[in-house]
Parts: sequence; C-alpha cells; structure tokens
Amino acid sequence: MRLWLPPVLLAVLLYGLSAGMPALEPLFHWVQPDKQQVIYERESFLFLLQNHLLLVLISAAVGTLVAVAGGIFATRPSGRDFLPLVSQVASIGQTFPPVAVLALAVPVLGFGEAPILVALMLYGLLPILRNTLAGLEGISPAVKEAARGMGMSPLQVLVRAELPLAGRVILAGIRTSVTINIATAAIGSTIGARTLGDPVIAGLVNGNTAYVLQGAILIGLLALTTDSLFEALERTWDRRFSPQVAV
Amino acid sequence: MIELRHVTRRFGPTVAVDNINLTIETGEVCVLVGSSGCGKSTTLRMINRLLPHSEGEILVDGEDITTMNPEQLRLNMGYVIQGTGLFPHWTVARNIAMVPQLLKWPRDRIDARVHELMTLLDLDPATHANKYPQQLSGGQAQRVGVARALAADPNILLMDEPFGALDAITRESLQLEMLRIQKQVRKTTVFVTHDIDEALKLATRIAVMDQGRIIQHDTPENILRRPASEFVENLVGKQDRGLKLMSLRPVRQLMQAHPAPKRPEPGAEGLKEEDNLRLALSVMLWQGAEQVPVFNARGEETGVITRERLIQEGA
Repeated sequence: MRLWLPPVLLAVLLYGLSAGMPALEPLFHWVQPDKQQVIYERESFLFLLQNHLLLVLISAAVGTLVAVAGGIFATRPSGRDFLPLVSQVASIGQTFPPVAVLALAVPVLGFGEAPILVALMLYGLLPILRNTLAGLEGISPAVKEAARGMGMSPLQVLVRAELPLAGRVILAGIRTSVTINIATAAIGSTIGARTLGDPVIAGLVNGNTAYVLQGAILIGLLALTTDSLFEALERTWDRRFSPQVAV
Repeated sequence: MIELRHVTRRFGPTVAVDNINLTIETGEVCVLVGSSGCGKSTTLRMINRLLPHSEGEILVDGEDITTMNPEQLRLNMGYVIQGTGLFPHWTVARNIAMVPQLLKWPRDRIDARVHELMTLLDLDPATHANKYPQQLSGGQAQRVGVARALAADPNILLMDEPFGALDAITRESLQLEMLRIQKQVRKTTVFVTHDIDEALKLATRIAVMDQGRIIQHDTPENILRRPASEFVENLVGKQDRGLKLMSLRPVRQLMQAHPAPKRPEPGAEGLKEEDNLRLALSVMLWQGAEQVPVFNARGEETGVITRERLIQEGA
C-alpha cells in the first residue's frame, strides 16, 4: 500500500493546485509586482489539465499498442527480416525533434489537437518500440527453446514466457514515452491545442513570469505524478512476475 | 520405438545429417556421441520437429511424425537441454507442472505429481518447491529440468547434453541418478553428448556420429571391443580401453560368492555388488590388498573379489 502513496499524494496536490490557483494570487503578485493580473484566466487550469492528460493518454495508448505489436511482429520468424529496419527506425526516430514533427504536421492536418496528437503518437512510439525489441530479444534462447520443445504453441510461448519476461522493460519504455510526451504536449499550445502549455506561451508573449510559472509548475507536477505512478506499477510488476528481483 | 529412415537434413548447401538410419527400441537409452558439429543435436531436434527433416522419414511408434500436430508430438516427449531453460519467473513447482498444466490436468493431480517427482529427483519439496530457478545450484536446476521433462509421464525422453555445463562431481551424481531413475521408469531415451565416458556409462546402445553420418551403432561393450573404424577407436581411447571395459561390468559378475551371506566384521571396508570392476581394481591398488570383500545392499558380505581373477578376466 505504501507503494501507491506517493502517486496519490502528488495527484491530490496537482488537482488542488489546478483548482485553487487563484488562492495563491498574493504569492504571484510578489513574483510579478508590475502586473495587474497575475493569475491566468483565459481557460480554467482544470480544463487545461484535463485536455493535456487526454492528449497524452490517447497518444500513449495508441503508441503502446502499435509499438508492442510492431515489436512482437519483428521478433517472430515471419517478421525477422524486418527486425534491422524496425530497430533502426526506432533509434533514428528519437533524434528527430518533436517541434519538427509539429511543423510538418500542421500543413497536412491544420491547427488544433490533431497535429499534436499525431506528433505525440509518432514520437511516443519510439521508446516503447525500442524497449519492446530489447525486452523480447533479451530473453534467454534456452527458455524459448525449452518452451517450444516441451510442447507450447508459439502463442503460449509469447503469452506465458516472453511477455511476462519482457514486460518490465516494455513498461520502462512506456514510462519514458509518457514522461517525454507530457513535456512535448505543452508545445502543442503553439499550434492551437489547449494544453497546460497555454499559460506558458501567454506568459512569454506578454512578459508575465507568473503565467509561465503556473503552467510550468503544473506540467512538472503532472510529469512527477505520472512518473511515480509508473514507479509503483513497475514494483507491482516485479512482485508478480520477477520476484527474484524484488526479494 | 523411434525409427529414422534415410533421414537427411540440409542447412542451405551444407549437409548436417546425411542419410542416417537409426532404430531406438522402446525402453532403451540410445546415446548419440560425437564431436561438435557432427549432427547429433540436429538429429535429436528433428525427432521432436524443432527442426524439419529435409528427406527421409521419422516414425514414432510406427507413426510418421510429419502427420502429427507438432505440439501434441512434443507434449508426449520430455525434453531436457543443457541450459535447463527453466522459466525464471516461475517457481520450481510451477516449472515442473508446465506440461501437466498444458494438458489441463486437475489441480490436485498436478500437485501430487510435482511432489512425487521432486522426491524422485532428490529435491526436498518443502524447501525447494517455492524457490525460483536463480536460487538453485546448477545441479539442482538440472534436476528440476529432468523433473519437468518427466512430469506428464511421456513415453520418450530427449536429452541434449543435459549435464554438459555441470562440474564433474555434480555431473557424476546426476548420471548415477539418471541410471537409477531409468531403472524405475524405463523411458525410451535419446541422449546427446560429446563425452564418451558419459555415453559408455549411460547407454544401452551408442550411436557414434561423424560428419552427419552414423559410424557405428552398437552396445558400449562392442563399441570398445570392436570399434568399426579408426575414428571410433580414437574416440574411445585406444589404450584406455581395458579400464573402460572394466568400468562397464559390476563386481557381482566376477566375485567368488560365499555359500550364504555373512555378517561383516565390524569396521571392514569393501565394495558394493553394483560397483564396477575398475573401482575394485583401484581399491586393491590403493590398499595393496589381494582380495576385497563385497557387500550387498543390506550390508551383508556376499563374496570376495580377488586381484588375480580381476586381472585375468576383467577386460
């Protein structure tokens, strides 16, 4: 139970700050004494948080599905030929800056949520794909050989041995992907998506440090909450599937 | 019974197994022996269809294996490999229960079987059942590997250098264990090794392989006495043959039996009836004795073995 305490506390703090930001007005006045308005009010923070989360969740779900499926395909006998290609794409894709993906997506998809969603999916897919490949390739060949030799079907080998054994590494890939995407989603505000990046952009444009701080604090807190959530998930996974590590 | 008829396996242009014929009778231990790359593992892996054969046919109990579902075929063949291949995320008990679970045995039958097998392989169920493979020694892990292969009581046991990675002492004790278990369960066994001593110790019949062909297929004694070629002669060790032959025969065969078993003198040292002649000779040399008493399993003295007889008729 202690495992889940940090993410829960962080989530409560995040929600509390989003809902109660106006209460901190004196503090932000002290940061930015020369401005009349120091609390970002064009949208409620709760709405921005919700939209931000939704973008990250959808992209993470789609990215995980596609990346894990792709990783499994590339490590099957029928997909082996694609393995070098897939793992190169996974590595090279990481060097591509997300801003560039956005710039390329806007002419095709226009402004708003669609281009950022596409960028997040593509970008978030790569760490998951890379870790899926590493996890599946890292399993001892003797384990797979024995499993096949004892009479397991290829699907049984995948579900009972490969995925549980690679799961921890795949989960770490999802963690990296989601954490990066929480930061990347904020950039979506530059092309008209409603995210926690809005106050940051507005603050930069108007020279209002208080706005920037509000957005940045919430984004940081969201990333922390998610990260500690994954920490708890990974520990739970260890207890379930690789107890020798947890002992 | 397993029959291989004109079986060939090619990997691209290379011929790994070249037109071999081999019949393994029910209940016998057939050991495939040869240097690495001679095709012995390939032969083994074709029997359970982990590798398809390029030509010829393989019959198990008269049925062509290519007509069977590969998973069904393998479920009826225990498989033990050098690296054990135990699932690291499963406990010892669950690893052993793998095939019965695939066959959907009821829970309590699986539990009883796991308990029975752990006892058979000299693993204490109370201390080892809930351990994970990483917490076991190499010898214990391979015992679990053998138990897993025996779990659903298959008719056939395939073993691919199962004791190859173990230290000499552990290997020796597992070989003895295997002889003991084989006496009880009588599985048709195909055993692959590159160690000729292991082959001589375990085999009912040995198939010596070289460059994809079977050079000689015969009993250990005949392999030693009448090697078919220079290759086999070198493999068994030309000048070492006398002692190797002695190690095939138990003391019981050459001892002079007493009319009735006697109670041994207190503190007397001697041999057991199952000990081999080579050991008897070694004991005599060490003790400088002309004869050594032989005891049966109950500790009674049943006879003596003399140095004279041993030298005359040992090999």
